[in-house]
Amino acid sequence: MTETVISVQNLTRRFGDFVAVDHINFEVHTGEIVGYLGPNGSGKTTTIRMLLGLLAPSEGQATVLGYDVFAQSEEVRSRVGYMSQKFAIYDDLTSLENLTFYGGVYGITDKARIQRTLELVGLKGHESTLTRDMSTGWRQRLSLGIALVHEPKLLFLDEPTSGVDPTARREFWDLIYELAEDGVTILVTTHYMDEAEYCERVGVMRAGKLLAMDTPTALKRSIIQGDVWEVYAQPLERGLDLLSAVEGVDRVGLAGDHLRVISSQVQKETMQRLLTEAGISVEKIERGEASLEDVFLSLAR
Amino acid sequence: MTDLLVNATNLHKSFGDNHAVDGVSLHVKPGEIYGLVGSDGAGKTTTMRLLVGALRPDEGEINVCGFDVSKQVEQARSQVGYLSQRFSLYEDLTVLENIRFFAEVRGLSQTEWLPRSLEILEFVGLGNFKDRRAGQLSGGMKQKLGLASALVTRPRLLLLDEPTTGVDPVTRQDFWQLVIKLVSAPALSVVEAQRADHPSTSDFAKSASSSAQDGVSVIISTPYMDEASRCHRVGFMKLGRIIAEDTPYNLRSRLAERVLELRGSPINTLRHVAHHDEDVEDVAAFGDKLHLRVKEGRAQAVIERLPAGITAQGAELIELRSIPPALEDVFIALSETNHD
Repeated sequence: MTETVISVQNLTRRFGDFVAVDHINFEVHTGEIVGYLGPNGSGKTTTIRMLLGLLAPSEGQATVLGYDVFAQSEEVRSRVGYMSQKFAIYDDLTSLENLTFYGGVYGITDKARIQRTLELVGLKGHESTLTRDMSTGWRQRLSLGIALVHEPKLLFLDEPTSGVDPTARREFWDLIYELAEDGVTILVTTHYMDEAEYCERVGVMRAGKLLAMDTPTALKRSIIQGDVWEVYAQPLERGLDLLSAVEGVDRVGLAGDHLRVISSQVQKETMQRLLTEAGISVEKIERGEASLEDVFLSLAR
Repeated sequence: MTDLLVNATNLHKSFGDNHAVDGVSLHVKPGEIYGLVGSDGAGKTTTMRLLVGALRPDEGEINVCGFDVSKQVEQARSQVGYLSQRFSLYEDLTVLENIRFFAEVRGLSQTEWLPRSLEILEFVGLGNFKDRRAGQLSGGMKQKLGLASALVTRPRLLLLDEPTTGVDPVTRQDFWQLVIKLVSAPALSVVEAQRADHPSTSDFAKSASSSAQDGVSVIISTPYMDEASRCHRVGFMKLGRIIAEDTPYNLRSRLAERVLELRGSPINTLRHVAHHDEDVEDVAAFGDKLHLRVKEGRAQAVIERLPAGITAQGAELIELRSIPPALEDVFIALSETNHD
């Protein structure tokens, strides 16, 4: 059974003449993992601040867990967890001490519950490790534990896995999927494509506007109309200039040692022929996969 | 060996008990973009600081642009541009004044810095903004100014430490196009043109064609796979070691025909079924889909077998297909075999 956990209608926030968040609409349901993807300054944090009742909307409205975010912000804040990249963990305290301290802030003194949280984020056995001796990945798990200690129904994660390698990111996201399975709803703000790929649905923000929101697969299919090709040819720059000028080629970019081409009309054989005729040697042309980055670049244009 | 711009062998650097760099060797050719890829704490920044001579290795030898960094650190440094993670710009100074500052610190004379700076600002696309205060630039423009400052001495080796953290994909795309153009022949000749004694048309062409030998090399660090995929060669770093090194294409080929994408619902049932298949080594959730890593040569068998198992559990299969492996899949597979 899916209930609406976040409902946002025409939410707008202006700072003077600057429209930080511009008439956005979306809904998030129980147990969903939704990504909110956009560069710094695109309005992601302003949206979250409004959803937490920390900032009044200039226009529009939003409810979180059935409460009006501005009129009932206390109710909202006591039921949501927030994990920020800039969140302060005390370096001189152990992981258990950090968790106990932050539990106290929420009025949680139940030791069993603190222990349960520690287990949940996979830090059992590391209770007495000083936080400063922990890797970035472990610190991120501790931050998650701190955001979870009061057992919120909704969790806001702000770039939760920045700076870690794919293995640590995977382990973290496995925890997130478990939480979602248990009915916790999760909203992730990020500007990293690697992170957005893990979300069930992704909203793309740019300049205060929510440009699209859908599953990563659906976004790629609906927004990237053409095929993606990886073209290995030399010299690269001449290939770039040539293909960029071909009608029916939607986008060509340099991708290190090859070109990445998105084309709705020009097929592999045509590219091969055009390049060869121009004296550009083609090593291989292979089919690629559309990425969320392609989606973002297409929407941003 | 002499044509390597970076030739570092068996580098070790510890801070107390922490083996930050633990036996790293690095060989970078002219014109190459080399990616050091790994998490915070993997040893990327320490490696870069060893290369510029900011730290001395406990063990190992480093040769940069033909100079032994332990003995000729000044000469080596004069060939290197370094854009650190937290580069600082003087917000009250204009774009041009900022570059001038970097140029003069690096010992460029008055007659040298101005034409060079203008040329580089043109190259990074800040030509029209030279009189704007740095504080009033957008994030992407600040980054380009950082790049321009690192380039003003015309380094042969450029070290970029996580240069695109915090910028949006459009800006990042622009930044990368600049880096790729910098190492590729035609654009390089623009920067190189004034270095030539006789900048005639034929010499201009010659400098372009000879740049395969003289080209700028770039070492870039990043924790992100989408950035890694743009490098010519990638070294995956973990716990101070390079656990694998190759072109992104060859790294991906290691898992060719071994990654399947599975979509359907409920996703947990799919995961469960996939997990119990004998030919599936690993199941990773990616939002609305799963990536399965299968044993070598078993992709077709899994594609034929799995749908029945999924239906038997009452789940719905939307799509199951073989996909090109991503660098992320490769990194994870390699990490598993490199557990200490």
